[in-house]
Amino acid sequence: MSEKKYSEKHEWVELNGDIATVGITKHATEQLGDIVFTEVPEKGKSFEAGGEAAVVESVKAASDVYSPIAGEVTESNDAIVGDPSLVNQDPEGNGWFFKIKVSDVNQISNLMNKSDYDKFVTESA
Amino acid sequence: MNQSAEKITNLKTELYNFHIANGGKMVPFAGYDMPVQYSEGIIKEHQHVRSAVGIFDVSHMGQFSIVGNEKDYLALEQIVPIDLKSLKVNQSKYSVLMNNKGGIDDDLIITKSEEGINIVLNAACKHHDITRIHEVINPSKTKLHDNLSLIAIQGPKAVNILEVLVNGVKDLKFMTGGKFKYKDNDIYVNRSGYTGEDGFEVSLENSVVKDFCKTLLENGDVKLIGLGARDSLRLEAGLCLYGHDLNPDISPIEASLSWALSKMKKEEGNFLGSKVVKDQIENGVKKKRVGIKPDKIIAREGSKIFKDDKEIGVVTSGGFGPSVNGPVAMGYVLKEFANEGETLELEVRGKKHQGKVFKMPFYKKSYVK
Repeated sequence: MSEKKYSEKHEWVELNGDIATVGITKHATEQLGDIVFTEVPEKGKSFEAGGEAAVVESVKAASDVYSPIAGEVTESNDAIVGDPSLVNQDPEGNGWFFKIKVSDVNQISNLMNKSDYDKFVTESA
Repeated sequence: MNQSAEKITNLKTELYNFHIANGGKMVPFAGYDMPVQYSEGIIKEHQHVRSAVGIFDVSHMGQFSIVGNEKDYLALEQIVPIDLKSLKVNQSKYSVLMNNKGGIDDDLIITKSEEGINIVLNAACKHHDITRIHEVINPSKTKLHDNLSLIAIQGPKAVNILEVLVNGVKDLKFMTGGKFKYKDNDIYVNRSGYTGEDGFEVSLENSVVKDFCKTLLENGDVKLIGLGARDSLRLEAGLCLYGHDLNPDISPIEASLSWALSKMKKEEGNFLGSKVVKDQIENGVKKKRVGIKPDKIIAREGSKIFKDDKEIGVVTSGGFGPSVNGPVAMGYVLKEFANEGETLELEVRGKKHQGKVFKMPFYKKSYVK
């Protein structure tokens, strides 16, 4: 399994072969506050890199979750639909949103590594 | 252009630094920097008020008074349709400030005091309201009390905790108040609130407010609560938020607030906008404010409401209700679809989702009467 990569829209991606798991970052959940609703994509749906893929709602507002990488959804996380607070509890683990069969694994190099992302967050604060 | 010159500086309440020191996340609200939440988050704060007690800084609201006797304040009935003569000293009423279209310029709480009339106004409306009040009341008889803070103490444990600090408040009935002492300081306490819980609103000098809140917080059952939870609490209680559920183009009859107008005033009809109000009482309204319980989706302010593909209304407040453990909303629908149990569709992100007209409140608690 590859190291986690991060997008400027605060999603994370973890590549395993040609299957990427996508979720939102801990920083994103801290900004959102209590998450009370999620909508995940259906299996078979295709996205371009940066395409709107899922929805996350906190008490305060609704936000889109984008797919940082192009591909076709192979699985989505029903657990976070049943219990959206899982995303707050474990955003970069059990709170993942969907898995996607990526069309071009090289696309992942466009994303940031952990230290670059942390820097990005600090600078945009 | 010099950007800093353009920057609007928000007002601060006396407790601004206290909020920050206590982990308050400050946001602009009605011209003030106010705490939207503290470190535990909105849901925990909401639940804490339902199960224990929370304190809210609502000092941004306008504390206004008319000092004098009946002849000095009775003209207020021309724009606030309540019966001031029958209001008892220390009794409070929720009502509205009317405009000439029959619409609502603000919603407010009026209390008769030994000195005259006290009114609590919404922060965003207070200066407009005062201009309106001065059209019927001699300005020299009125005062906006910027020297006072207002603290709401809400929740089932509010009475026991406040009674320890302010002897005698336990005997107040809902929507009545009185003068009390807190450590030798004069304060005014009203048994009221806007959360659907039992509780109090305490008006006290700015110089005392920090000490008062600190002392309350020494009890482990007390927590500071931000505007985020205040919003979800009032929504679950079915209470209106001015500027969202109420505005100058909506009448109190359309807003399902007929009860906020005294029976006598509705019959006599001698107040601003009364022609519109009377006509609506006799001939009915086109649209009406109702509670809506979406089946699954959170429908927020602005979501369009449909019935069989026909647009019939709009959501004016909506969100997640932590005590209901699901989405709750209120909005305006055409009157023929305003009956309890009516199924309707709510448009969210371009898709329509099922919901039902629900008799408010969404969450029910008994007040002390």
